[in-house]
Amino acid sequence: MTEEIIIAGFGGQGVLSMGQILCYGGVMQGKEVSWMPSYGPEMRGGTANCTAIISDDQISSPVLNEFDTAIVLNQPSMDKFEDAVKPGGLLIYEENGMTRKPKRTDINVCSIAAYDESVRMNNTKVFNMIVIGGFLKVKPILELNKVIDGLKKVLPERYHHLVPLNEEAIYKGMDIIKSEHKAD
Amino acid sequence: MKGNEALAEAAIRAGADAYFGYPITPQSEVIEYLMRENPADRTGMQVLQAESEIAAINMVYGAAGCGKRVMTSSSSPGISLKMEGVSYIAGAELPCLLVNVVRGGPGLGTIQPSQSDYFQAVKGGGHGDYKMIVLAPATVQESVDYVKLGFELAFKYRNPVMILSDGIIGQMMEKVELFEQQPRSKEEPEWATVGKKEGKDSVIVTSLQLQSEEQEKVNLRLQAKYREVEKNEVMYETYNCEDAEYLFAAFGSCARITRKAMEMARKKGIKVGLIRPQTLYPFPADAISELSERMKGILTVEMNAGQMVEDVRLAVNGKTPVEHFGRFGGVIPSPEEILEALEQKIIGG
Repeated sequence: MTEEIIIAGFGGQGVLSMGQILCYGGVMQGKEVSWMPSYGPEMRGGTANCTAIISDDQISSPVLNEFDTAIVLNQPSMDKFEDAVKPGGLLIYEENGMTRKPKRTDINVCSIAAYDESVRMNNTKVFNMIVIGGFLKVKPILELNKVIDGLKKVLPERYHHLVPLNEEAIYKGMDIIKSEHKAD
Repeated sequence: MKGNEALAEAAIRAGADAYFGYPITPQSEVIEYLMRENPADRTGMQVLQAESEIAAINMVYGAAGCGKRVMTSSSSPGISLKMEGVSYIAGAELPCLLVNVVRGGPGLGTIQPSQSDYFQAVKGGGHGDYKMIVLAPATVQESVDYVKLGFELAFKYRNPVMILSDGIIGQMMEKVELFEQQPRSKEEPEWATVGKKEGKDSVIVTSLQLQSEEQEKVNLRLQAKYREVEKNEVMYETYNCEDAEYLFAAFGSCARITRKAMEMARKKGIKVGLIRPQTLYPFPADAISELSERMKGILTVEMNAGQMVEDVRLAVNGKTPVEHFGRFGGVIPSPEEILEALEQKIIGG
């Protein structure tokens, strides 16, 4: 198994930490992982992205042009990465703030209203965990308890009382993700 | 762990006595980690943010002159500032470890990853006929291991050692196994300036020889040392070279992207291998020369306009065609375009 993922959105949406949580989860499950962030000026208030690779085998390139999964959380990110999904791959997009739907028909497309759900949960900070839940529902590449262990690595210890809330967010994400299109 | 942070932790664990540096993207996490970790409490290691890169390298010069295990790190423009000091350290034959997390240039350039400092690292950078031992990690794990190795080589040869990393290796996170904490050395090397002892001669650390004959002796001694380094310390890895008809040559992060291109090429039935120099100086010239005898062509892949390709051509010495493919300015080549370059420049060309 090798899963090559690009996660992209606005700075502050938790894009980089999503990739880290998945990678730490992968380490907990004995996988090889690689996480590469965008660290340019664009991440400072603009768009941010990271490449996360989780594999049973040694990982060669940490930087890629094509992905098994693209998780896009704003319109500029969809514009940039829709074409980078491998044929038959997966595109997950956050509904809020999108002005158009994906055009491609040769990939699987799912949507998730994670922002609205996070507002309902009274904590918009769990937005990214809702998205992770949605992703893991479609592609259960990691065990949930390993992802929670990964979260504990990324989350500073003083916030560990929020772990149950984040776990709840993952389950919410699993519930609310919708399939929009199956690959032709 | 993140490449830069793992490297900083490795410095503490390698028993470093001191780190002097100045922040610059994409390397700042090294000094940030060390400041946060405050190794003075753990091992007594001193960490100081100097007022500039020039100050930092001269602090390194001073500490090295006292026989201490000392390290500095920066990214390309900062390393340029340090080059005068490096030349002095090489001239005075002192050990130290430098880390260059390379970004694109020239000038302030870009903060994105690059390998455009290859020439500066292996051909000089500072003035005078000197060499640094240059280690090129391709993984976070190697960034860690080369800190330990770097200090060992620096002291073995009393010579500056550089880890030539780049923005990819520095910024990415990977699984890493850290080595055990090594104690800081209590030894005082005989060449260290630690105060004159009764009955012993004064120790003078200098790179100045006003008599030409004396300076020539220094140069000859340095050259003899470099020949020893070339004989003993070459490191490289090869992949799929047994049945290969074509060869990629790449170092650092670029070697990993090239490895992906090699896997793609193999799926298409193209018999291509890869050689990855782990030491850029000393360069694995003999290995490349030997491999070139049974290759139809060699493509070097670098994030620069063609630097290591010159050393590959020297090693191959006309036995087979050698071409270069590069992206620069902080642009990272994709495996797809590397494969395309192989097909066009080597197989088709």
